[in-house]
Amino acid sequence: MDAALFLNWVRGTGLQVAIFIFLLGTVWRLVEIYSLGRKPDLAERRHVPGASGWHTLWRRSIPIPGMMQRSGLTYIAGYAFHLGLAVVVFLFAPHIRLIQELTGISWPALPSQFVDLAAVVTLAAMLVVLADRIRQPVKRFLSTFGDWMAWLVTFLPVLTGYLAARHLLLPYTLMLSLHILSVELLLVLLPFTKLFHAFTVWPSRWFNGDVQGKKGVAV
Amino acid sequence: MSASLSRAVNVLKEVIDAPIASYFNSCVHCGLCAEACLFYTETGDPKYTPIHKLEPLRRVYEQEYTLLGRLLKLVGLSKPVSDAELGEWQELVYDSCTMCGRCSMVCPVGNDIVYMVRKLREGMAIAGHAPEGVVSATSRTIEIGSPMGVKLPALKAQIGHLKTETGLDVPLDLEGAEYMVLLSSMEIINFPEYLNAIAKIMKQAGKTWTICSTAFEATNSGIQIGVSDLARVIVSRIVEGAERLKVKTVISPECGHAYTAVRWEGPNLIGRPYTFKVQHILEVLDEFRNQGLLKTQGFEEERLTFHDPCQLVRRGGVIEQPRNLMNMVSKNFVETSDPGKYNWCCGGGGGVSANDNAEEIRLIAFKRKKAQLDVVKPDKLVTACANCRIVLEEGLEHYQMDLPVVGLTEMIAEHLAES
Repeated sequence: MDAALFLNWVRGTGLQVAIFIFLLGTVWRLVEIYSLGRKPDLAERRHVPGASGWHTLWRRSIPIPGMMQRSGLTYIAGYAFHLGLAVVVFLFAPHIRLIQELTGISWPALPSQFVDLAAVVTLAAMLVVLADRIRQPVKRFLSTFGDWMAWLVTFLPVLTGYLAARHLLLPYTLMLSLHILSVELLLVLLPFTKLFHAFTVWPSRWFNGDVQGKKGVAV
Repeated sequence: MSASLSRAVNVLKEVIDAPIASYFNSCVHCGLCAEACLFYTETGDPKYTPIHKLEPLRRVYEQEYTLLGRLLKLVGLSKPVSDAELGEWQELVYDSCTMCGRCSMVCPVGNDIVYMVRKLREGMAIAGHAPEGVVSATSRTIEIGSPMGVKLPALKAQIGHLKTETGLDVPLDLEGAEYMVLLSSMEIINFPEYLNAIAKIMKQAGKTWTICSTAFEATNSGIQIGVSDLARVIVSRIVEGAERLKVKTVISPECGHAYTAVRWEGPNLIGRPYTFKVQHILEVLDEFRNQGLLKTQGFEEERLTFHDPCQLVRRGGVIEQPRNLMNMVSKNFVETSDPGKYNWCCGGGGGVSANDNAEEIRLIAFKRKKAQLDVVKPDKLVTACANCRIVLEEGLEHYQMDLPVVGLTEMIAEHLAES
């Protein structure tokens, strides 16, 4: 298959299949998880300002006192790569154009130099996170095949995207095709791996904040 | 699969709900919960990482409630939970977890890990893997009425002593009283000062109160081992007593888990809201203070600090009240690091202090509290949980620290203004 045909496939059929699996998988997993429901809490609740599920949605992004000292690297590298990913995925002009083609929705992009920088920061932070996972006994102990795979399928789209945008290593068309293919891999795996936390993190924080909020504790 | 194991798996299937499913899907294995757990920070052993303690529950969730997990189980790629494995996990689920809930405070994706430990204990207990000490405490509560085997005559004797020594009356089974006071066995046997304090405070506040002869024990180790059926029996006694005596408010004593049991789990255990209010004694005292019904005189001269009982503060929401009360009788009250809802456990909650297997690790975990106290260097340590108090006293003795531990209610009572 020549490069142009490959690009056509990943842009066409490949993308359609990936998006289909991603959407179906996401809906399936959300139903599978949240249809389990929960029992109503019959204890009389307290009403304390700041103590609720909604508050915990954002408050949980801030480490509690002492945790930065104990595990600063986890927070800083974690923040860096999540924010970097958000910038690269949602503020790069070609990505916004693609989203506009698919959904009709668009928003202003960041200049490509900034996106380049964000990509470099993301890649560096992800390498730090990986090194930390290998080096730190608790993280190594907890790690499963799924953790290494989730790291790889997140890293590859950023790496190939950066290389394609900078016209490095491989001919542009081929690198772009590999980039799109790696994104498709990410989309297909997301609902079925720990990457699904992108969705469940919000209800999880809400549940925790709600349970503790009923007791009057802002968590 | 043995009968007890299959019962355990069924119980675990039953307790898994949307929050638990959401939590397991959110975990990214970042390991931050380890840094919040005193059993990890004081040992450095990764096996004490809180989320790891839930591994059997996670596998049951995956194999029973996810399509992928069911497929993997079908083709033999996901191994079912075994009885031996649950046995091994006892050390992680009971010996090295006080259900202090600090892990649930730090998890960046918001997982309420201690909520899941509580649920996993339901299955562990059914499978016969709850520690002997806590199981027997619970059966004593069911059969005799108290985890330490204290019966009504012992309480009556204490009431008699109190009357002879102070002239104060303790009304038993007084119908229509405003408050029904609960006690923990620990207070009847080891800290009789508590009852004395209540009698003095109620007299000063001019409130009617009573102790129910069929429901004076507040502790509920049913929730510690994780057997809701037993926890329900224990809490039902209190509900029946309170409704029979038509009291307005039931007062939970200086005992952390008793408060969790009667205030937060109770209505869910019996399946309906209460017809009365439940307050911790510190909430009542702070209310009295606010209404001008609690009048004290003089101040503690010594440097005091407060140990926050986890179930009362982080898991119970009684956070400001102990501070208001401390400041009422002390001019030299200093907080330790991580006060209030961020507190570090004494190491003996959640049934750990009643569990002989846990004695060694509990004393190791106490190094966290020791380190906090070494910085503050108080002359006296105040707390509001009889179990914390015993555990703190043992820890302090083990590390040869000369530091008296007192109950806050009792300290307030010592400063009551003479009427």
